Amino acid sequence: MKSLAELEAIRAKTLENISLRKEGNNTARIVVGMATCGIAAGARPVMLAFIEEVNKRKLEGVTVSQTGCVGMCRYEPMVDVILPGQEKVTYIKLKPDMVARIVAEHIVNGKVVEEYTIGAAQD
Amino acid sequence: MDLYRAHVLVCGGTGCTSSGSAQLIERFEQQLQEKGLEKEVKVIRTGCFGLCEAGPVVIVYPEGTFYSRVKVEDVDEIVSEHLLKGRKVQHLVYVDHATKESSIQKSLDEIGFYKLQKRVALRNCGVIDPENIDEYIAFDGYKALAKALTEMTREQVIQEIIDSGLRGRGGGGFPTGMKWKFGYNSPADQKYIACNADEGDPGAFMDRSLLEGDPHAIIEAMAIGGYAIGASEGYVYVRAEYPIAVRRLQVAIDQAKEYGLLGKNIFGTDFSFDMHIRLGAGAFVCGEETALMNSIEGKRGEPRPRPPFPAVKGLFGKPTVLNNVETYANIPQIILNGASWFKSMGAEKSPGTKVFALGGKINNTGLVEVPMGTPLRTVIYDIGGGIPNGKKLKAVQTGGPSGGCIPADKLDISIEYDTLIEIGSMMGSGGMIVMDEDNCMVDIARFFLDFTVDESCGKCTPCRVGTRRMLEILERIVEGKGEEGDIEKLETLANNIKATALCGLGQTAPNPVLSTLKYFRDEYEAHIKEKRCPAHHCQALLNYVISDKCRGCTLCAKVCPAEAISGAVRQQHVIDTTKCLKCGACIEKCRFGAISKQ
Repeated sequence: MKSLAELEAIRAKTLENISLRKEGNNTARIVVGMATCGIAAGARPVMLAFIEEVNKRKLEGVTVSQTGCVGMCRYEPMVDVILPGQEKVTYIKLKPDMVARIVAEHIVNGKVVEEYTIGAAQD
Repeated sequence: MDLYRAHVLVCGGTGCTSSGSAQLIERFEQQLQEKGLEKEVKVIRTGCFGLCEAGPVVIVYPEGTFYSRVKVEDVDEIVSEHLLKGRKVQHLVYVDHATKESSIQKSLDEIGFYKLQKRVALRNCGVIDPENIDEYIAFDGYKALAKALTEMTREQVIQEIIDSGLRGRGGGGFPTGMKWKFGYNSPADQKYIACNADEGDPGAFMDRSLLEGDPHAIIEAMAIGGYAIGASEGYVYVRAEYPIAVRRLQVAIDQAKEYGLLGKNIFGTDFSFDMHIRLGAGAFVCGEETALMNSIEGKRGEPRPRPPFPAVKGLFGKPTVLNNVETYANIPQIILNGASWFKSMGAEKSPGTKVFALGGKINNTGLVEVPMGTPLRTVIYDIGGGIPNGKKLKAVQTGGPSGGCIPADKLDISIEYDTLIEIGSMMGSGGMIVMDEDNCMVDIARFFLDFTVDESCGKCTPCRVGTRRMLEILERIVEGKGEEGDIEKLETLANNIKATALCGLGQTAPNPVLSTLKYFRDEYEAHIKEKRCPAHHCQALLNYVISDKCRGCTLCAKVCPAEAISGAVRQQHVIDTTKCLKCGACIEKCRFGAISKQ
């Protein structure tokens, strides 16, 4: 260890991986509905796709977690994306191949993928 | 490392390991693989969470769900319900002893046991993976070392520790900064810094848990200390009975070397520092500083008279600063946050926090860290959850074989070095043994003296012979053969040993007797004069009797190994006390509660 910068780099990198264990974090959250209905509709591959995509892009400040059934089982697999300080956006009937676009456009660039959202389906 | 959606933290402290946490980790990994979750969920072995009573402990993040007493059979359910489907397993969630509330909706900090604690030394225990240096660094690890080396002079580091008011956590309470200053002021071509991890008090396991849960904190602190006093080498003296602690410390030292946090030119400065582990064979006397250093040098672990103090002439004849594990655990925090931050916690003359190992007759057995000055009552009732089975608290023993008993009516004293000494006990390293009405105080004194007699190294006469004479008197008393004048003999011996023994072990050995004599003299007198044990504990002074609740079922007569019970069917039975072995088999068998000890 030759410099403070080196130490800081390790700190920042690892903090990312353990932010899950720190409370009150200021991160983007991807919440996948993983009740029986969600799993049956194929939520697991969708969640894995999110994890893979986030890892591939080495995104910082993003957590992927699961939740139960919100009652709209016919729309599963459902995923909420919550960016810090913004309203929750709910995506429905996701398939793994739709994930890359959500990550690229919404999570990275802040532009909601309107056509996948619950709003689009109900219009 | 990759992103995972959930972390499963399994306690890998000695307590939880002995109740099977290693098998839990194995099962978790196997189950996660079976369910195809191994890429989503990570299992991490951490240090002690503190609530050993509820072990093995498992915490699932991001929810922070606290599962207690998890068995291998329960793992499948946690994996298939919680980790797969996202439903917490209600019946395994920790239930608060005091409030009977399930912690299902609460975060860890809101559980009664943790709410009143302030974790400074233990801040990383149960939070990080102790065998992963990156996690320690992520929680601001080695930042204090960097700060000390690159921004502070050696004098400034010492001044910061002096200003913080930190006192030795091994029990003596000597100001740490002053010790460092003495080491700094001793001129020499080679100096050493050493860590005392020879925790030997029965029932104390603070140092073990720190080494197991956060070994890098000790390494960082010793490097800071080395820089401050001018030592290029450090020794950790840890007992071989702590295999997990030894292994994790070695792993940590290897990782620190690999990262260049130990070795030559740390952080590009001209400071170089290396560390070694020395294993102790488990002799209590080796916790005494001069005996400890003899043992490190490979000599017999015997103390020598002081002065010269180790800061002048220590290891290998060179100036040496020796601190306790918990003392070191506070150092990086003080350097990072400043002396005034540290002083803002705790009491005026005893700043900061103290870790205690709660044991004995208490609901929440485990490790707690509270600000100094916290009333003893808070620790016992609010954090410890009170006494089990509705029994009454009798006394709290602090300081192990060197300390004393605090009677129940002194429960409101605040825990500080000086207040404890005032009432005849001491802080000690932090063992806290809770006793209820069933504990005989004479027998407690006998127990501790038995320990010191065993552990006396034999170098000085007062300790070698004196403590043995005291033990013989105490053994006589609990066997019902006490004589008039025994109490006075004990007092004379105790005061002489205190005044003349060579080292701390001997000088403090009579404390358990003196403090029980001070607060529970009536119990001694009852044993000697009335041949009666008020707590119904001392076997020799008890008689088993059958009351008129007896229905004459003959069960007791059948189980009695000495054939001491006689009586006709459906008639009250009688115990022949001359034949009775006092084994208690009859009490266990009696369905009518007719047999009692008197």
